Amino acid sequence: MADKHCRYLAARLPAPAAPGDSFCPARATLQEIFGAPNDAAAIGLALSQIASHGSKPLFWVQEAKALKATGRVFAHGLPPPLRRPVLHVVARNARDALWAMEEGLKCPALGAVIGELHGNPRALDFTASRRLAVAAERYGVPAFLIRTEGEADLSGARRRWRVESNPSLVHPYDPKAPGAPAWSLDLFRARDLRPGRWDTVYDRAAHRLDLVPRTGDGALAQAASRYG
Amino acid sequence: MERWRKRHPATDETRPLALASEGAHGIILDAVNVAARDEGAKPGQRLTDARATCPELGIEFSDRAGDARHLARLGHWAQRWSPWTAVDGADGLLLDCTGAAHCFGGEQAMWEAIGEAFAALGFAVRLAFAPTIGAAWALARFGASNRIGVEKQMLPAALAPLPVESLRIDPATALLLRRLGLKTVGTFRDIPTPALARRFRRRRGELANPLRRLRQAYGEAEEVTAPLTPLPVYRAARRVAEPVQHVAVLQPILADLAEQLCRDLAAGQRGLRRVRFEAFRIDGHVAQLEVETAAPVRSPEHIAGLFAERIEKLDAGFGFDAFALTALWHETMEARQQGLEEDEMKGIALPHLLDRLRMRLGADNVSLPAPYPSHLPERSLVWHGGQDAVRSLAAPPGPERERPIRLFDRPEPVTVIYATPDGPPRRFRWRRRLHDVAKVQGPERIAPEWWRERSHVRLRDYYKVEDREGRRFWICRNGVADDGRGGPPQWFVHGLFF
Repeated sequence: MADKHCRYLAARLPAPAAPGDSFCPARATLQEIFGAPNDAAAIGLALSQIASHGSKPLFWVQEAKALKATGRVFAHGLPPPLRRPVLHVVARNARDALWAMEEGLKCPALGAVIGELHGNPRALDFTASRRLAVAAERYGVPAFLIRTEGEADLSGARRRWRVESNPSLVHPYDPKAPGAPAWSLDLFRARDLRPGRWDTVYDRAAHRLDLVPRTGDGALAQAASRYG
Repeated sequence: MERWRKRHPATDETRPLALASEGAHGIILDAVNVAARDEGAKPGQRLTDARATCPELGIEFSDRAGDARHLARLGHWAQRWSPWTAVDGADGLLLDCTGAAHCFGGEQAMWEAIGEAFAALGFAVRLAFAPTIGAAWALARFGASNRIGVEKQMLPAALAPLPVESLRIDPATALLLRRLGLKTVGTFRDIPTPALARRFRRRRGELANPLRRLRQAYGEAEEVTAPLTPLPVYRAARRVAEPVQHVAVLQPILADLAEQLCRDLAAGQRGLRRVRFEAFRIDGHVAQLEVETAAPVRSPEHIAGLFAERIEKLDAGFGFDAFALTALWHETMEARQQGLEEDEMKGIALPHLLDRLRMRLGADNVSLPAPYPSHLPERSLVWHGGQDAVRSLAAPPGPERERPIRLFDRPEPVTVIYATPDGPPRRFRWRRRLHDVAKVQGPERIAPEWWRERSHVRLRDYYKVEDREGRRFWICRNGVADDGRGGPPQWFVHGLFF
């Protein structure tokens, strides 16, 4: 019965019709993104959801374990529309990282708060994530919780994603080189969007996500995204 | 002597005892106890002479450095009466209590308080209040009683009977004056100055020129000495009737002090950059906490909040009975209207956020990366955590080439399973996982910075590779084969692309 009810609710939620900015939530909120430590696609999704206008600094919190597992954030690697100051914090443990994120969310001068946690720390329970979500909505600062090697347990995040890299598109000038990054997104829980799976391509210059057919010819998809 | 006695409480006071140190011509007594003084031993005497008059004299070696340290600590502790205190010589403290006496109920009450406090610590103290430093020095050391206070009109009369040594001059000069027949300050003062000025005109040093010292003692010449701490302008202090033993009680006191300080700062249009909180313990110890802020602040809640975590770790001991909050560094900060409505300010400002992060996580862990002109990827950003970093929050200019979003602090070595000659690997193992390379871009050759690195540092060839699952890595080969800088080149993963 409950399952049916949930499905009914989900059916009433809007599905992202057009590619592009429709993944961006209408108002700032907390999104949780799961990814592998040797795959930077999770960061890519987080960055693609940050509005490109404005020059508010990004606040980046890395737990020490996550820093070791996935490497340090490199500001030169930000996509061109997001070239802006970065405030970077290394937290000893998950508790400090969550505290720093919450403090950051209270500061409306920040463009976004991105926190990275490794595994399933005890400090990150439903209450902690719910606090982050409430703070993000109250102060209007988008928040992203990037989890590497984590299990999806209870969470107060409004949208929860699993992200993996896909083989990239063909490079326009060099057929042997990796082209525009492609990810497969799995939205497995969301409040304001119907859960689903998509294959997307990130356009670095335009700073937007394009949908591509799930199984198909990469070159055809690229042509479709270019002309369609 | 008294510090030694405190350290060794079980000593028999009736036995003559002296503290001594090695002098140029044998062992010299530094301090003697009452019994030894009654037997005829004097400080400054040689041990052999003292033994002649008092054969059973006991000797302990004195600890001059320890004495000096203790005196400096006492000097800091004495700041509870006046912010301007200085250590004077090896045995004295100097307090400028101009305008401070009324806080303690007048000079008389302040005197008694100081005397009692030092007596409680176990020190015999000679106090003198005088309008000049020289006069106070002379009266404290050569005055008739332990407590002397002299007003400006009474100063010549009070100084006149003192011996010439009380003018803070070296023994040779004092001996010279005595040979001239000038035994007291009064007789020295009576001689017209021009007659003596000729005799002492070559004496430049303060210690050797009695005329200058005389003028200083009578307040005719200015005298400046450096206090223990630079003169703080903005300071809020408070004493409590009962010593506070629970640190939880400190929070409201701190909030009060912060509010008082911020009111003063607002009047002067100043904002705090560095502030110190001091808690004076009744046993002569001072607990200090210092905080620096990223931008001038003047909000009491913020200041109190910065101390909030560290204040819990203070050791109250027997209890704190006085507190002070001092602005050590302040900058101009204009008053700004916060907004017409009360609740207009929502959230916290960026500098405040920085302060809080630095306080809790440590200044090293909070950084604002700024671009640096270097083509080596690990040097192209400086992770400085400087205090002025708020102003340098500028966007890093993009490099010409695409760079990874992740960079490992230490490039991680990979095992190449199958390589193409002089090219990128076709298959490699990283973190115990095999990756088959599907697409490659590169190489991008980054040469070492020969002007600062050693000659055996090798160049690096960077490739952006993508494996069959679509993960994109930034891998590099350290050196090329046969470059004469070590063995076969190694491969590393240095970054990740999204």
